Amino acid sequence: MLKASESYVRKLVEEEMRVDERKFDEFRTIKIEKNAVKTAEGSARVMVGNTHVLVGVKMSVGEPFPDTQNEGVLVVNAELVPVASPNFESGPPNENAIELARVVDRGIRESHCIDLESLCIQQGKEVWIVNVDIHVLDHDGNLIDASAIGAISALLTTKVPKYENGKVNVSEYERDLPVRDVPVAVTVVKIGNKLLIDPTVEEEEALDARMTLSTNEKEQICAGQKGGDGYFTTEELVKAADLSILKGKEIRNLIKG
Amino acid sequence: MAEEKIKMIVDGKRMDGRGLEDFRPINVEVGVLKRANGSAIFKFGDTYALSAVFGPKTMHPKHLQDPQKAFLRCRYNMAPFATTERGRPGTSRRSIEISKVINEALSNVIFFEDYPKTAIDVFVEILQANASTRCAGLNAASLALAEAGVSMKNLISSCSAGKIDGQIVLDVAGDEDCEGEVDMAVATIGNEDKIVLLQLDGIITKEEFLTLIDLAKKGCATVYEKQLNALREKYKTGEENVESE
Repeated sequence: MLKASESYVRKLVEEEMRVDERKFDEFRTIKIEKNAVKTAEGSARVMVGNTHVLVGVKMSVGEPFPDTQNEGVLVVNAELVPVASPNFESGPPNENAIELARVVDRGIRESHCIDLESLCIQQGKEVWIVNVDIHVLDHDGNLIDASAIGAISALLTTKVPKYENGKVNVSEYERDLPVRDVPVAVTVVKIGNKLLIDPTVEEEEALDARMTLSTNEKEQICAGQKGGDGYFTTEELVKAADLSILKGKEIRNLIKG
Repeated sequence: MAEEKIKMIVDGKRMDGRGLEDFRPINVEVGVLKRANGSAIFKFGDTYALSAVFGPKTMHPKHLQDPQKAFLRCRYNMAPFATTERGRPGTSRRSIEISKVINEALSNVIFFEDYPKTAIDVFVEILQANASTRCAGLNAASLALAEAGVSMKNLISSCSAGKIDGQIVLDVAGDEDCEGEVDMAVATIGNEDKIVLLQLDGIITKEEFLTLIDLAKKGCATVYEKQLNALREKYKTGEENVESE
């Protein structure tokens, strides 16, 4: 694939244009396929343009955290596997994979969309652990938003297996995972003094800064993360918040649809 | 559980007696270590951050050298004894993420082109933690860089703001951190309206988000003054010594 150079991307953006001719506030086509993996208790495949992520949820039983003895545990992990990009290497997760997982994690956790208290089996001893694994298969930018869509979509399909005599029986299900909100992450990137959403990988390489805001059904903000070597002014953050809320609503409808 | 939720704000006063927009006592000291090229301590009350800068020095491994500019490496680390419950020594996912955002924040002000082929190492050690550790660490780090003589556009100043008992407050601490509704870390370039770090946890309306940013920016400006004073203090003492000789 021939790639546009950083300087070309920046020059285009300055002239209010993008390489793929999208508007600044326009997402690429989003496709969500729920239940994409048979072996997982919940899963979703998400395509955002050429970006492709697969998210699987596995349910296991383990010990609760000492400070939340009566709550289940949410664990989000992301792997940037080498099939997805020539720049990804095998091995333990690097800082980008860790940041990706933690930003997606906070969007879900802080929205309190999973009723973790209902996942307590025996207080202080046994609780359900919700393992959300993000597998990035093709990286053409905006991994945070794509992964967040994948994570909540997968959670919405997740079933809690039967748990009898200390054994998880994944062939039989007890109930649906209690999910009561649909948080959506929208990342706004700054290139020069312009703000745009859903960057391709070329646009990400040219960005100054990015701001991810997760919003819930009530259109409140529930998590935020700034990234990149540049800065945002307050005025730009106001615009970013407006965009995240507006686009979050559209994507939420797509996820529920 | 039928546990009564503790009131964290009573008559406009917080649990530690502070008003809503008050900082804990801030203590800053520049040049505290012998071996490092630059070092500083920054404290928000009981949160104690120490930072040391080594370099600019030749970048090893050599294949990572950039002939055009310096390479910044940041490591945020928390001592195992810094929290009530002992932390596991070594890097964690949390510390890797914080190191990354600290690196990105500092990258805004360093003139990397002045130091081709070099590495600048910034280490942040949290020796005692009571919330806002990344903010204290970043404040110390930018002072340590200044003391090391690394050319910079300005300092980076950082503080936290949050929402507790439905009210917007500055410099979240103690029980406010785990019991409060929202916690947000912000860093700015000096006292300018340029936000280089923002991490938010918790549910908040857009209007409250903006109020929080404004309060945090005011806080960063206060931190900036403290940082400048500490730098002046450090070099003023030097002058006096020369005169007395």
